[in-house]
Amino acid sequence: MSDNVVDLPIPGTANRKDTAAEAVAGTKAGRVKRRLTSRWATLAALIIAVVWTIPTFGILLSSFRPEELIRTTGWWTIFQNPGLTLDNYRDVLFSSSASSPQLGSYFVNSLAIAIPATLFPLVLAAMAAYAFAWIKFKWAGALFVFIFALQIVPIQMALIPLLQMFTSILQPIQAQIHDVIPLIPEQTYVQVWIAHTLFALPLVIFLLHNFISEIPSEVIEAAKVDGASASQVFFRIVLPLSVPAIASIAIFQFIWVWNDLLVALVFSGGTADVAPLTQRLAELSGNRGQDWHRLTAGAFVSLVVPLIVFFGLQRYFVRGLLAGATKG
Amino acid sequence: MSAKQRRRLFIPIAAAAVVGLALTGCTGDIAAEETADTDCADYEAYGTFDAGTEVNIYGTILEVEADRLNESWADFEACTGIDVIYEGSAEFEEQINVRVQGGNPPDLGITPQPGLVADLARSGALVPAPQAVADNVSEFWSEDWASYGTVDGTLVGAPLMASIKGYVWYSPAVFEENGWEIPATLDELATLTDEIAESEVMKPWCVGFASGVATGWPGTDWVEDMVLRQAGPEVYDQWVNHEIPFNDPAIAEALDTVGDFIKGPANVNGGLGEVNSIATTEFGDAGLPVLEGTCAMHHQATFYEGFWPDGTEVAEDGDVWAFITPGVEEDAAAVTGGGEIVVAFNDSEETVAVQTYLSSDTWANNRVNIGGVISANTGLDPENASSDLLATSVELLQDPDTTFRFDASDVMPGAVGTGSFWKGMVDWIGGKSTAETLDFIEGSWPAE
Amino acid sequence: MTTTDLIGKLLQVGLALAGFSAVLGLIFFFVDRAPKRGRDVVQLLAFLLPAMALIAIGLVYPAIRTTITAFGDKAGNFIGLDNFVWMFTQPEALITLRNTVVWVIIAPAVSTIIGLAYAVFIDKSRGERIYKVLVFMPVAISFVGAGIIWKFIYEYRPAERDQIGLLNQILVWFGQEPVLWLQTEPINTLMLIIVLIWVQTGFAMVILSASIKGVSIEQLEAAQLDGTNAWQRFRNVTLPGIRGGLVVVLTTITIATLKIFDIVRTMTGGNFNTSVVANEMYTQAFRAVEPGRGAALAVVLFLLVLPIVVYNIRVLRQQKEIR
Repeated sequence: MSDNVVDLPIPGTANRKDTAAEAVAGTKAGRVKRRLTSRWATLAALIIAVVWTIPTFGILLSSFRPEELIRTTGWWTIFQNPGLTLDNYRDVLFSSSASSPQLGSYFVNSLAIAIPATLFPLVLAAMAAYAFAWIKFKWAGALFVFIFALQIVPIQMALIPLLQMFTSILQPIQAQIHDVIPLIPEQTYVQVWIAHTLFALPLVIFLLHNFISEIPSEVIEAAKVDGASASQVFFRIVLPLSVPAIASIAIFQFIWVWNDLLVALVFSGGTADVAPLTQRLAELSGNRGQDWHRLTAGAFVSLVVPLIVFFGLQRYFVRGLLAGATKG
Repeated sequence: MSAKQRRRLFIPIAAAAVVGLALTGCTGDIAAEETADTDCADYEAYGTFDAGTEVNIYGTILEVEADRLNESWADFEACTGIDVIYEGSAEFEEQINVRVQGGNPPDLGITPQPGLVADLARSGALVPAPQAVADNVSEFWSEDWASYGTVDGTLVGAPLMASIKGYVWYSPAVFEENGWEIPATLDELATLTDEIAESEVMKPWCVGFASGVATGWPGTDWVEDMVLRQAGPEVYDQWVNHEIPFNDPAIAEALDTVGDFIKGPANVNGGLGEVNSIATTEFGDAGLPVLEGTCAMHHQATFYEGFWPDGTEVAEDGDVWAFITPGVEEDAAAVTGGGEIVVAFNDSEETVAVQTYLSSDTWANNRVNIGGVISANTGLDPENASSDLLATSVELLQDPDTTFRFDASDVMPGAVGTGSFWKGMVDWIGGKSTAETLDFIEGSWPAE
Repeated sequence: MTTTDLIGKLLQVGLALAGFSAVLGLIFFFVDRAPKRGRDVVQLLAFLLPAMALIAIGLVYPAIRTTITAFGDKAGNFIGLDNFVWMFTQPEALITLRNTVVWVIIAPAVSTIIGLAYAVFIDKSRGERIYKVLVFMPVAISFVGAGIIWKFIYEYRPAERDQIGLLNQILVWFGQEPVLWLQTEPINTLMLIIVLIWVQTGFAMVILSASIKGVSIEQLEAAQLDGTNAWQRFRNVTLPGIRGGLVVVLTTITIATLKIFDIVRTMTGGNFNTSVVANEMYTQAFRAVEPGRGAALAVVLFLLVLPIVVYNIRVLRQQKEIR
């Protein structure tokens, strides 16, 4: 039966395939024309790209310059004031600070926090967004608006009540798990995951709802008529069709979690067991902020993974599969 | 999702994992120092504990300083079996409130703000200092210092380290070359300032107020120094405790005096710009022109010793040296300074043991021996100080004739001490009048 | 980090992912086997409840608590509207509000426009991916990184010294005096807004680019055959086609702008009349330990977002009607 659903001759999907095929053809033709007609557009794009990159490029150069030069001359004078060094990176990567050693473990923590904290809210939000868009119920609109409005609740205001709950409920359970499986430390990622997940939900539901609600209704109705259950519709139609939206939102959620400091400060306990990279990098500039030159290198160390994720996931949303493609 | 797509998802994740593992491999484990031959005689009094006993300390101290802190109790850990876990954060002031209110406080906290200690104590988060700590405090600390760990008559914490504010950094060579003398009184300092300004060899002062979120604090240090020296310790205490209003004439006079030094275009801001550059000059960079010969003096605490570029000789006949901002009269030894207070959030045996150790002369000597800091602990041997300047400072702190007052902004309530006072100084250096500035700060003092 | 630690960490992640999938699997297993009668309700609950429960615990409860706090003093005693009165009577309050309004007017519009223009310009062009990454990069940079990056743009040194801030260096090259960018009103607020625009444009660009890919090729080609120029095609075909995406982007950036506090906090500390409501909130609640005042500011923020909520309700209704 489940196979049936996939093989259904759904009008929307058929349409979609054609569009995709045409898109390829159109692209080639378009490319030739583009270069003839939109020289100004290309120039404008180039200018924006350069302006947007210069600040980052400057800091990239600076991160290879010795402290003395960073403090006294601009990076654009690199030819008048030559001198390149890996010291900043050495400080960031290998500084064997006894209080916070081993950057590697922070790095693993960051990954271990960010991957589930991206998957959990996306799945839960996709489910909720599907319910809001395709299951009719009373007050659906009002509830959706309410959740939308919750985006504005400042995270700072939610930290203390949440921490109280975690302390009284979650921590005893964690202690017990630690007793049973000593491999798992008492201080686990669970708090951080939950916190990130629920703080992300309103925005992710809002974003996903916009895409999921634009899936042509014929597609979903056709599946239902064929007897697909709600979960089948969700897994076999809604999710695959929303892949571009999910991928782009996943990138941003991943980055927000990766770069988060506030949630980590409160819920990680600050030990090498849980604390992510940001927490370590924030301390690099030292007690009185005097070593800020190290942050130049720190910025790039923490940039690597988000860029990899971006490169890895961007292929999903450049392919013209966006939900709503067949609208109109 | 097709197998191909799955592979596409897998590759970035795998790549990230590989990078992570590579980093792990690079850093590796840092082997614990060999502690087998530690002499445990000094630590017998603290008892021994089961393996796995932990004490968590949360504080403001970071990086190198945190390493040294860890080093300072390594022997204690080896001998007592207590595992002391230190966590430092630049966001300590905010986070400690979050953790306490969230029901998840550390065992011990280290903070440089008596004002915060008072807030925490009054909210019921702290336990009173145990007898052993109280004994150490009465044995090793002056009354002035003990009072900063005392809230409403109850001792809640012992001081830890100390720094002296109000040093004036200068270049001995430049002074000698131009025939300038170290001023012995505040008037002489003013005369010297004018003399340097008129000579047009260089600007007398360079000043920087910028310090990220805490921008403005170097200004408060100036004011505090002047209040203590001109109005005296009694007025200083009244000011800190809000027994006189913030816009009292005595404070206005102090602020105007600061203005005479650093608000005149002829006096600042050697090589860093005009008066308006003060607010955005990083405090850490502000003193460096002293070395370049574009300004003669820079007002900053002992810790500025660590800010000079590598290879700078800090000595009476070296590249830079410092004198204490003089008093109204000669040899009036009144200094402002700062330090940390160690407070406890519970009174378990191991917490008490660590807390007691930190308040002892053993710890003070251990820590100061490692270098970079001093303590006001009277059991401290000045010989242990790691530099001439620090040794001088220890002697100054231990001298019974010295009047010591804690940095006022750290003692005042947070709304003022880490809020309007900073902001007020920034606005003031930007051109706001003394009266307006002080009225603004007074208006922000929280109602009791 | 020892190998055991690493295994422990991987085990946690593995267990969490497995547990999460197992719970979801169970939910769906039972939903599909629910009795016919009432299946709709069960389905609805299965899809909606997990998210709703988390939101109720993590956001609704704190929001209510915050609202109550806003009417209390330090000790939690009810003091009516005093906190709000304080807010609107302190001299800087109006400047803070004004700044917030300026931020909300400028930042979302400019980043969306630039992001959209860029997405259109690079659409289907050679090297689109590289173009995208360049503008996307600011989104991926941590806040600590962004702070240091802009320090090297705005930093001031007096004219007689070497500049280390790019903007002043450019002025000097053109024979001008360097400017204290972060201190000179009113351009300092503008300078801070530029940082946010720099970050958010990447977000706008990625989402809008995805929307543009969804615009029907047939329509574009038909319009081309009708002899329309590029601008007309953009106005009449592309723009209506990405309306949903535009609303999403504008709304999201507007809310992010209202909540912005770290840019202000780390670059000027709210000095020089650059503070915004969210920054005041943070300062009051956590630095000054005046939770009541902080909460009152949070409530004001919430009120500021209401117009956006109303606008989105209308868009939502329209969508329903179309469908």
